[in-house]
Amino acid sequence: MAVLVVADHDNQTLKDNTHKVVTAALAISGDVDVLVAATNTAALAAEAAKIAGVRKVLTAESAELGQGLAEAFQDLIVGLMGNYDAVLTPATTQGKNFSPRVAAKLDVSQISDVVEVVDANTFVRPIYAGNALETVQSSDAKKVLTVRPTAFKATAEGGSAAVESVSAPAAPAKSRFVDQKIVKSARPDLGAAKIVVSGGRAMGSAEEFQKIIEPLADKLGAAVGASRAAVDAGYAPNDYQVGQTGKVVAPELYIAIGISGAIQHLAGMKDSKVIVAINKDGDAPIFQVADYGLVADYKAAVPELMSELAKVGR
Amino acid sequence: MKVLVPVKRVIDYNVKARVKADQTGVDLANVKMSMNPFCEIAVEEAVRLKEKGAATEIVAVSVGPQQAQETLRTALAMGADRAILVLTDQDLEPLAVAKVLKAIIAEESPELVLMGKQAIDGDNNATGQMLAALLDWPQAAFASEVVIEGGKAKVTREVDGGLQTLDVNLPAVVTADLRLNEPRYASLPNIMKAKKKPLDVKELGSLGVDTTAKLKVVKVTEPPKRGGGIKVETAADLVMKLKNEAGVL
Repeated sequence: MAVLVVADHDNQTLKDNTHKVVTAALAISGDVDVLVAATNTAALAAEAAKIAGVRKVLTAESAELGQGLAEAFQDLIVGLMGNYDAVLTPATTQGKNFSPRVAAKLDVSQISDVVEVVDANTFVRPIYAGNALETVQSSDAKKVLTVRPTAFKATAEGGSAAVESVSAPAAPAKSRFVDQKIVKSARPDLGAAKIVVSGGRAMGSAEEFQKIIEPLADKLGAAVGASRAAVDAGYAPNDYQVGQTGKVVAPELYIAIGISGAIQHLAGMKDSKVIVAINKDGDAPIFQVADYGLVADYKAAVPELMSELAKVGR
Repeated sequence: MKVLVPVKRVIDYNVKARVKADQTGVDLANVKMSMNPFCEIAVEEAVRLKEKGAATEIVAVSVGPQQAQETLRTALAMGADRAILVLTDQDLEPLAVAKVLKAIIAEESPELVLMGKQAIDGDNNATGQMLAALLDWPQAAFASEVVIEGGKAKVTREVDGGLQTLDVNLPAVVTADLRLNEPRYASLPNIMKAKKKPLDVKELGSLGVDTTAKLKVVKVTEPPKRGGGIKVETAADLVMKLKNEAGVL
């Protein structure tokens, strides 16, 4: 049985999520193809071809695919599924946008946010904000999965797959891209960063968030995250949100500052390797998942942390 | 414009789910249940569209047990005009729910379906997109702003790294993200009024929809617990531990 992986990219570079989902796909089948759908695919396809274990790279080019229109992705993937027994997509906002449409058109159940492949029909996924793990067995002939990238290690490079173009679907008649505001940042991608520094409601203002969280993140070469409370209060932009409904991260080091640790926030970061919490409330639930807790006011603790980090050469 | 708002009764947002000892699922006995928070946001948006004059009628729909009538009454108290309960004790998969909603839409012919992006129990984030596909309607998922003008919906969506704006022809499916609005609390007079609003109950079987489960739940387990952490006294201690003990600096 052959498996299709839908590549994650920003029309410029291929994201590491692709390599991670290939790992999940290889647990299902040895025949894994990668689909690169974008405005221009040449450079992206060349990168995808280097992923170890990939049999073939398929490319499809159109403006609507580059814009990520769900209807265009649906038509493209459904058209290809005659050759595949499963399609795996990273559980990013883009993947979550189109993948259920593919499942519905194929009349199969989507298995969302897969964190473990038990066998070709059996998968583990978090439910209830990660407070439970559900193992499900699918009876569908074709599987449609979104895969949580942080749960899988990226495959190595070293492949040399053939690249083959397929025709792009017609432009969707009923929806049209208007514009996009993507925040440009010199910092690493939140989903892929080795270190994440997150701020919570205790920051009290956007200015304070920028003054406290961002310099610490930059000192550590980290991505910046935020709790839902901080985002709702307008202290940080929405794409910083870590949690059940925001991004799920699993960095080597997660530093939570002024975050109480609501269930839905923990759902987004509790698989981090090492968790540090700085909070002046010693009873805050964040300390139950923290490896290292510092009960202190961040106003004093973060500047101290900055100078201590400088002493060890960070 | 008629707006259909599907809503789901789920475990309350503030309650921590506990896995049953026999690993068959999550224990929902004697647990507080509420309207899914994203569904609340969708109801609120529909009510605001009506207040602005963009919507004329709001129909709330739920697929679930008798108790889901309470959830529908909440939607009515927030401002929905009438409600439909598709009665079933089965726990339906998102695809089955989408098929049921499609059958209701065939009867109701709404121009807009506004629903939550995900339910906080199954966390699937799939029903709205599946419904759009089954209807061959355009979709705008994860909405943070919805403007209705000239037979179209202009929707700003939350995407990785920022925001995207789409124009979709009506009829369309729009799914609500967290920051679309802050739902109102129903006032006591509105709660009283909601008791008199029409609530139609249909048996699932009467719709002629195949809702057979395609997934078998093998088991539901607790996630691995994190080992107990320690408290450090100072920032200097913390840096030393991170460098020497955890090796992450």
